[in-house]
Amino acid sequence: MVAPTIIGLVVLNLWPFVQTLYASFCEHEGFGHYKFIGLQNYVDMFGNAEFWKATWNTIYFCILTVPVGIALALLIAMLLNAHVKFKGGFRTIFFLPLVCAPAAVAMVWRWIFNGEYGILNQILGTKIQWITDPKTAVLAVAIVSVWSSVGYDAVLLLAGLQNIPKSLYEANSIDGAGKIQQFFTITLPMVSPTLFSVLIMRLMASMKIYDLIYMMADETNPALTDMQSLMYLFYRSSFVAGDRGYGSAIVIWTVGLILIVTLVQFQGQKKWVTYDI
Amino acid sequence: MIFPFVWMILTSSKTVPESMLIPPTILPKQLMLDNFKEAIASLPFANLYINTILMVFFRVVCAVLFSSMAGYAFAKLEFRGKKLLFGIVLIQMSLPSQIFIIPQYQMVAKMGMANTIFALVFPGLVSAFGVFFLRQAYMSIPDEVGEAAYLDGCNQWQTFYKIMFPLTGTSVAALTIFTAVFAYGDLMWPLVVNSDLKMMTLSSGLSTLRGQFTTNFPVLMAGSLLAMLPMVVLYLIFQRQFVEGIAGTGGK
Repeated sequence: MVAPTIIGLVVLNLWPFVQTLYASFCEHEGFGHYKFIGLQNYVDMFGNAEFWKATWNTIYFCILTVPVGIALALLIAMLLNAHVKFKGGFRTIFFLPLVCAPAAVAMVWRWIFNGEYGILNQILGTKIQWITDPKTAVLAVAIVSVWSSVGYDAVLLLAGLQNIPKSLYEANSIDGAGKIQQFFTITLPMVSPTLFSVLIMRLMASMKIYDLIYMMADETNPALTDMQSLMYLFYRSSFVAGDRGYGSAIVIWTVGLILIVTLVQFQGQKKWVTYDI
Repeated sequence: MIFPFVWMILTSSKTVPESMLIPPTILPKQLMLDNFKEAIASLPFANLYINTILMVFFRVVCAVLFSSMAGYAFAKLEFRGKKLLFGIVLIQMSLPSQIFIIPQYQMVAKMGMANTIFALVFPGLVSAFGVFFLRQAYMSIPDEVGEAAYLDGCNQWQTFYKIMFPLTGTSVAALTIFTAVFAYGDLMWPLVVNSDLKMMTLSSGLSTLRGQFTTNFPVLMAGSLLAMLPMVVLYLIFQRQFVEGIAGTGGK
């Protein structure tokens, strides 16, 4: 009964993984032929400014989206938890971006961010070229990303909040604790396991950001290198430039980076995640 | 939160000069369908809908069918190499899908299957996540249920598809929604594997409009609206299942 799955996984995933690893040490000569060139792709990659810029852009994107996104999601979840009446309607709205294809979502935001006629500049009274100015390009993508994912994170956190026994709060307020104190002594520790899994998931997804940037930065965008992520660079190297060996090296690097970040988080969780009180 | 959607709908009915007015008009002067006509004229929407529906359908069927079988086996049966095989599932789950893309693309190209529905479905033929997720569903069913079926004369297969599988309904629904939403939004794989406009999905097809209408935002908004419509309509009908399904798959 496991045969179809295992055969599929070996053919579709395990073997391709080995191939990608091997291809990262090879030069692609066209038509799927590879020549072994040792570490050359990695040497090229580490000596390439565009690559380091993409690595930084990816990390910068995570810094912009993950803490703010999760804090907002927690805030929304707490509000929804307190006002049960509106839960249904709000949940519907907050979840909506998730079911929309990122390609369509990005298209709408391109219009909102438009430098000349975009509604955002008109509301703010600014003339910022959000998507084509190197200074704001990553920020613009980050805003879209937080907007699309915050509802999903909030729903997960809401489930965590609802598992907190009401009696804890009651006992606490009899003891004379304020709302803010309650948040730090009860809510945060109790919801920390959910918070941790949301954090890991969001970090992994942010490190792989591709589709929003692809839609918002085409080849003619002057800020392209200032906003391209590792996965976008991977796509352009492998499938636009056709350099699949180099592309493989980039994807291996990205996976290594994700692995390191995840391991650090799993180490760090011991300090702040409480699994029982 | 909802503003971008509202703005998209309003813009999709404006003329180009009207969309560029400063200060902007909120409501369009007229209900105009020309933008939709132009969007449909520049993208083969009928093909895109069919391709997307077929891709989503086959990916869901494969994920549910194979993951149910494997999830059941991993949860309820004893066989040799179980731990090692489950290890393979876990490895695939923890690796980002991009790491498989180049070799997967080469396989599809070698089979001469680029620009087909099969190519779109290919990476979704099996789902490690689905196996993991449904294994948990089967583990939560008490062993006594299977034993009772066995005493009633069911063999292993009958126990599975007559007794056990129907008990995992909510989990299967959750996996279906999760798989469908993910496949629908996926962009990199369809772009890589199907370059023929007629064989693209709604996502990848829409992305080709970027270059074509750089300043004609009303048409771009009309196109985006058409591209997101099917899933939004399904979502509005099956809201509760969507929220619970996606939240359920992520929370584990």
